[in-house]
Amino acid sequence: MKSELKKIYKRLKSEGLSAERDAKIRLEVDGELTHDPPAAPYGDLPTGTDGLSPIKKLYAYHDMAVLQATSGAQSSSTNRIQTMDELLEKDKLREKDGFPRKIRVGRMIKPGKAGQGKIVVIPTTVEEKFMHDPTMKPTDDEQAGGHGEGEEGEVIGEQPIHDPQDQSGAGPGEGEGGQHEMESSAYDLGRILTEQFELPNLKEKGKKRSLTRYTYDLTDKNRGFGQVLDKKATLKQIVETNISLGNLPDMNDIDPTGFLIAPSDKIYRILSREKDYESQAMIFFLRDYSGSMAGKTTELVVAQHVLIYSWLLYQYANQVETRFILHDTSAKEVKDFYTYYNSRVAGGTQVSSAYRLVNEIVENENLRSDYNIYVFHGTDGDDWDTDGRESIPELKKILSYASRTGITIAEHSSGSSTKTEVERYLLRSELLEKMPKLIRLDVISEDADEKRLIDGIRKLISE
Amino acid sequence: MELIDQHTKKIMEGCKKRARDAGLSFQDESLEYIVTNRDLLELSPKNMIPTLYDYWVHDVEVMREKGKYELYPHNPYETVINTRPAISFYNDNNPDWLNVMIFYHVLGHIDFFQNNLYFRHTWDYDFTGEALSDKRMFTRLRAEKGRWVEYIIEFARGIDNLVGYHKELSAKHERPAPDHSKKVDFYFDIFLQKVKKIRVSEYIKEIERFNSCRREMGGMCEDSFFSDVEQNHPEFNTMFNKSLDKKPKETKDLLQFLMMNSKMLNNEKNNWMKTILQIVRKTSLFFQPQIRTKIMNEGWASYWHDTLFMKDDRIAGHEVDYARVNAGVTSMPRVGLNPYALGMRMFSYIEELAEKGKMTWDFQKIKDADERRDYDKKNGNGQDQIFKIRENLCDFTFLNTFVDQDFVTKNKLFVSGKRLNESKMVWEYYVKSRNAADYRDMLLTQLYHPPHIVIDLEKSDNGQLYLVHKFEEKPLIKDFLDNTMLGIEYLWGGPVHLETHEVVAQPTKSMPPTIPIPGVPPQRDETERKQEIQWQRVQYSMEDRKLSKKKL
Repeated sequence: MKSELKKIYKRLKSEGLSAERDAKIRLEVDGELTHDPPAAPYGDLPTGTDGLSPIKKLYAYHDMAVLQATSGAQSSSTNRIQTMDELLEKDKLREKDGFPRKIRVGRMIKPGKAGQGKIVVIPTTVEEKFMHDPTMKPTDDEQAGGHGEGEEGEVIGEQPIHDPQDQSGAGPGEGEGGQHEMESSAYDLGRILTEQFELPNLKEKGKKRSLTRYTYDLTDKNRGFGQVLDKKATLKQIVETNISLGNLPDMNDIDPTGFLIAPSDKIYRILSREKDYESQAMIFFLRDYSGSMAGKTTELVVAQHVLIYSWLLYQYANQVETRFILHDTSAKEVKDFYTYYNSRVAGGTQVSSAYRLVNEIVENENLRSDYNIYVFHGTDGDDWDTDGRESIPELKKILSYASRTGITIAEHSSGSSTKTEVERYLLRSELLEKMPKLIRLDVISEDADEKRLIDGIRKLISE
Repeated sequence: MELIDQHTKKIMEGCKKRARDAGLSFQDESLEYIVTNRDLLELSPKNMIPTLYDYWVHDVEVMREKGKYELYPHNPYETVINTRPAISFYNDNNPDWLNVMIFYHVLGHIDFFQNNLYFRHTWDYDFTGEALSDKRMFTRLRAEKGRWVEYIIEFARGIDNLVGYHKELSAKHERPAPDHSKKVDFYFDIFLQKVKKIRVSEYIKEIERFNSCRREMGGMCEDSFFSDVEQNHPEFNTMFNKSLDKKPKETKDLLQFLMMNSKMLNNEKNNWMKTILQIVRKTSLFFQPQIRTKIMNEGWASYWHDTLFMKDDRIAGHEVDYARVNAGVTSMPRVGLNPYALGMRMFSYIEELAEKGKMTWDFQKIKDADERRDYDKKNGNGQDQIFKIRENLCDFTFLNTFVDQDFVTKNKLFVSGKRLNESKMVWEYYVKSRNAADYRDMLLTQLYHPPHIVIDLEKSDNGQLYLVHKFEEKPLIKDFLDNTMLGIEYLWGGPVHLETHEVVAQPTKSMPPTIPIPGVPPQRDETERKQEIQWQRVQYSMEDRKLSKKKL
């Protein structure tokens, strides 16, 4: 992979590069990053609870953990599932009373069964007080206690700069992995976004395609007679009947030979006609995972994509299919949201590769006629293809079939004040003005908060 | 939550007897509960106080990344709480020998709670009891006032880290009030010295006159003394009366100031809000000493569980099990700070100092290293000394006094640093200093320290409230100013100003990003990195729920 990068770099260099561009590209070429998803999330580094430093801080020690090995309490997943709605309802009232909202929708992706990443929604908040800013000290200067041998100046340990948690693109509140969580499906998050944060409803919603296909399936149940005996349901029914007859004196010692079985206890599955809905939306999520995307920018892009994904899921009543594409100088499709969400950043940047892959997929699978296609692309605006010579034609091709293309640029705050490459060539192509219904651009700064993200979505998807 | 069984309680009582014989002192009664995960889930947001008032934030995951421990100074998972009787929490499946160890540790904490003077204000009442009635009060208020109760709790909690804990404590240790009136103070301290500016000899004469007057007339003296004064200075009485109502009274902290002086809160229909402020303030005060004695408290408890466990005749055969657990508790991490380990070593070290008579001026004078090492007067009062220390010091004074070079060297301690190695792309941890002064500084900067914010009474007039954040080279978190000041404005009922210092953003020099060249260590421009921080005095103002900022 390295050599490939170098090849591209050489070619670009021969075509002429400004010093600044050169330096930027060199950074990505020479970086020693790989795309491997994080190994063990925290490894065996001692983890501090403030998320800033892996060293356990003075006040992070407590008796319950130290003496009794009791970590933070684990909440069961369904605990107080209704509180999210209640909290958001309260938050709405706050706004009415003239105070700013306080609840943020923290979320995290958990690897689920069958490759289905599950989105867990966690309401988070912060109690504002006058407090000293702990981030003010440069990390270079961080001091801690130490114990043991070693001369002054001697190096006693190393820690890779790019910790997994830096780049997993975790949403706020991810902190200690799954504590106090409330599970809620992405669908719920979409509902919350639409209702509570007043994201627009899609006008096209409900434009159902003709339901021409039917399938027959053994889904209905019938008591007494039918095609296939549902053994589990039948057994349950028998046990129920026997309990009510008083035929089960001891629950711990059940003797099935003594069961009385009524004919109506037998439950059968019968064939019934099922409507087979066609998916109505196909969403492509494109994410730049080049080396320059380290840190906050990735976090923002992924967080926004989770929100968009959830919102569309709700809008199309779950009739949504998603494709996930990651790109650096080349693009690849990944199988699920989890991989998409967690793959680490590395390598160089060529936006056109991702657009090309989308076009190929649409072409090969003939998706154009059957789906409302959405394409969302998140990047930091960096592109080796400075003028968009390759990206713009590919993008135009996408615009010919996609219902909406939304590009999010999360700008590095440290970067120069000039516009990023992607933004520049998009503006120059005048696509944004010519087809405002088809393509939208949202530029956010690295320190954007959740409110800004949701505003961004509104911008990307509104009519 | 259920109480521990009789068998385990018997073990606890045995521990208590042995601990008392060793010199610890604590109240007879204590309650021990078995807790499940589910219980912990409910207890931890309430800082293990089962009866603490309900508040919606308790149900929500609070953002973790930003200085959690600054925000929540008290420990969410304490095993024992400072109540009367003291309540402690245990896992269901602890083996007996482990319980013995934990019991001793817990007794160490209880002894500390009940004897350390920084806990003085918590000695005279049972917090759980009061918390329960407060909780009921909140419930009642919610029924009447609805969601506004939540807002007031929120706003009050927004400033509950500024409670005047030390002022509250020193009030507990104040000398009894003098037996003369304020009028006398005003006459001698202000009127004669600042208004009349009389000469010293005249001043002494005047004092002499007052004293002789008191000798003759006793309790009646002030009346006759001031009737003379009035003949000489007819303006005195008016000036004195004026001085009384000149300023709002001195208060201990912002919460108390608002309760006494806010027009909004003192409006009769808003009186219920003051109840909330009062409760929030009291709760905050209750938790203050915990975090300020973390190292001492854990060190003390560890010292005693270690001392007492090994002597306990009931645990024979479990020495190895114990050693494993104890090593986990009291070992020093290679990098980082373990309060248990540090505190325990400190107490042992101080005990040894006193034992050998090293806490004397004679010893301090010795410069010769060998002589210092071999110095032993066999004073034998080591334990008395550490008992005194557990009574009178807090973390700051403890570390500031006793972390010296001998201690640092003896325990092989050092300050570790962290730096970027750009060629390897790793953070390197290295031994930065083995100097005691550096180590002490490092410790002290890690201690809990809320911002020092005072009310400027001079500038607070015309319904304005003027707060000053005292400069300590630490800026406030900007994101939090808006909501916090919004709350204060609401409680105050008028514009609120905050004076503070901010770091001036350095104009980033547009130097090209350094490209690491493998094999060559990156050049560092040390002078550039260590740029002086520039501070700018600014004033934030909150008026009509709008925040504005201006430079001063």
